[in-house]
Amino acid sequence: MVPLTALQPGQTGLIHQLRGGHRFVSRLAALGFTPGAPVTVTRNHGIGPLIVAVRETQVALGRGEASHVMVYLEDGDAAVSQGRV
Amino acid sequence: MQRLARVESEAAAPHVGECVTIKVALAGQPNVGKSTIFNGLTGMNQHVGNWPGKTVEQKTGGCLRGDKQFDFVDLPGTYSLTANSVEERVARDYILHERPDVVVAVVDAAIPERSLYLLAELLLLPAPVVLVLNMMDVAAQEGIQVEPRVLEAALGIPVVPMAATKGRGFEALLDAVVAVWDEAYPYNPHRPVILPAHQTVLEELITWVAAYVPKPYPADWVALKLLEGDDEVVALMQSALPADVWTRVHDTLLQHEDAILDIAGARYAWIARMIRAAVVRPKLGQMGLTARLDRVLTHPLWGTLALLGVLAVVFWLTYAIGSPLQGWLDTLIQQGAEASRNGLQGALPRWMVDLLADGLIGGAGMVVTFLPILVIFFAVLGFLEDTGYMARAAYITDRFMHAMGLHGKSFLPLLLGFGCNVPAILGTRIIETKRARWLTILLAPLIPCTARMAVVAVLAPVFFGRAAVWVAWGLVAVNLGVLAILGIVFHRFVLKGEQAMFIMELPLYHLPNARTIGLYVWQNVVAFLQKAGTVILAASVVVWVLSYFPADGDVTQSYLAWIGRGLAPIGALMGLPWMLMIALLTSFVAKENTIATLGVLYGNFETTLPTLITPPAALGFLVVQMLFVPCVATVAAVKQETRSWAWTLLSLGLMLVISLGAGILVYQVGTLLLGG
Repeated sequence: MVPLTALQPGQTGLIHQLRGGHRFVSRLAALGFTPGAPVTVTRNHGIGPLIVAVRETQVALGRGEASHVMVYLEDGDAAVSQGRV
Repeated sequence: MQRLARVESEAAAPHVGECVTIKVALAGQPNVGKSTIFNGLTGMNQHVGNWPGKTVEQKTGGCLRGDKQFDFVDLPGTYSLTANSVEERVARDYILHERPDVVVAVVDAAIPERSLYLLAELLLLPAPVVLVLNMMDVAAQEGIQVEPRVLEAALGIPVVPMAATKGRGFEALLDAVVAVWDEAYPYNPHRPVILPAHQTVLEELITWVAAYVPKPYPADWVALKLLEGDDEVVALMQSALPADVWTRVHDTLLQHEDAILDIAGARYAWIARMIRAAVVRPKLGQMGLTARLDRVLTHPLWGTLALLGVLAVVFWLTYAIGSPLQGWLDTLIQQGAEASRNGLQGALPRWMVDLLADGLIGGAGMVVTFLPILVIFFAVLGFLEDTGYMARAAYITDRFMHAMGLHGKSFLPLLLGFGCNVPAILGTRIIETKRARWLTILLAPLIPCTARMAVVAVLAPVFFGRAAVWVAWGLVAVNLGVLAILGIVFHRFVLKGEQAMFIMELPLYHLPNARTIGLYVWQNVVAFLQKAGTVILAASVVVWVLSYFPADGDVTQSYLAWIGRGLAPIGALMGLPWMLMIALLTSFVAKENTIATLGVLYGNFETTLPTLITPPAALGFLVVQMLFVPCVATVAAVKQETRSWAWTLLSLGLMLVISLGAGILVYQVGTLLLGG
């Protein structure tokens, strides 16, 4: 499980958890960041905000916000199902 | 702009015979084209104000069709109906308390999944819903096919396909509203349900609270919102429930703190079922127009260059077209003032003639001369906003704004500030947190508006000849530098609290709509005229009185001169005679007054001024002028938006100290360098 900020552009992760205050969780949930939803990183340049695609929409996320979104990497799915988590 | 009129001609027609009124609320997420639909329905027959007690814009309007009067309310654009923001509270409170006859939920057909989320919430409120699938044309362009009939069968509510920017679907929408209203339509909505994991808890909550839920809230809705952790509903029930029941409810809620994610997840699962048969998406790997444009426009390097290019065009258009128009209007108004002076001479006492010609016509004229620049500026911004580019500009600027504890969303209001600070202050409404909003309000007056730049454009060549352009650029840089420093200082040391969240949708690009831009310009200009126009006019009369009396027109013997002489000691620190202090003071009324005052005090100041003050003093004066307290209209806007005298006075005091300090510094250091 990694934060969204660890994903390279083009990589897709499945949302596992949102770590943060209740407002933060509620806002992202409304935008479609719910457990199991696939998120693809469009832009991540190491500094500054990210752009991610979730549920057909491009969303700009501040780095701080993105680091609180925990995802499973899709190619890591096997490891996940084998109980590594 | 004449074409803006479409439905309003009918609306203006006298009511004939029996006429029933249908109350319709327009709901939708941001960027789904809700405003375009509202504008299309109401035309110029709309009223823009504030929601009672809130600084959230409220738009209402109407149209008449046959024997039916439709009253529309445009609810704020929100992603959900949880009490995360004022907008969301306003939207749901309206539906709960005002009970519209029909709610029209607008959805973007190009992103059906995400934008149907709001419908999942709306269906739980006690008002029938008509769904609009807007932007059918954009969806087709992105290769997405949506079948309205199939979706309608799944949802059990009317579904109306529209392409509002092309004017398609308005009649069908009104038909659907009427059909639901007179119950001709078999309205039978398929509502989303909660996941089985939370079903028991929800039912428990309902039985506990049902007896205590105050009117007009539905008990099952309240229970669901409690489970979602909605602040407002939690507070509502804490005061409504007896202590023992509240304790039970509270404990249960603590055990299910994560329920919001499951509830949202269940809503998305419901959406997926609803659209499964109705939406056909393009094959993967196909790249839409938006993705192709964003490869350049959100790129860290190309995107920044593109933004700079866009800004250059914005300012070039504004000044290249606006300035000549401004000069032309100015001449026209001066001629008008002279004509009225000559016409009235003898008929009225001299001071009344002067008051009319100089105070009233001069003051009103000043407001009018700013209109061309503002209209062009807002038209260009409205264009950028409507195409979807503004969100990209906010993304690009976010990294720069971060140092000040702000984020990209503060960029748009600050950009507006280059036109006029008043709309900039009003524009901070798009910023969600109070902290970020107040900080932006504090910083916005440091953006040099067109009026201040006009003063520099006149005075810099007087003092610095051919170097004037560089001086002007330097002055803008000083203002932006001070803005950055002040922002960083306030972020780091003064304002405590969490940094604003940066979560922003990047909408699909689409062709702008002339009607939408036209109304955007119209509303901004009217707001400027109402706020600035009245204040400037009143204040220019006051200044005129101060400069005219008690010596009947001899300004050197006036009250104003008396105040100016009192300020002479501060002026001395900057190497400035009292006349220049007066020029600064009158700029409080309106920035361009500086020039007018110098004209009154010195006559031909272009030749006299350079002989009276040294270059360091001249530079100091320009620096002060650029950083000085904002004009009265801006101060009024700050007070109105913050509703805080403390913050307004802090803003005034800071600007006063910073500007005078900078002026003294420039003069003293400059004199030392040149003289030593």
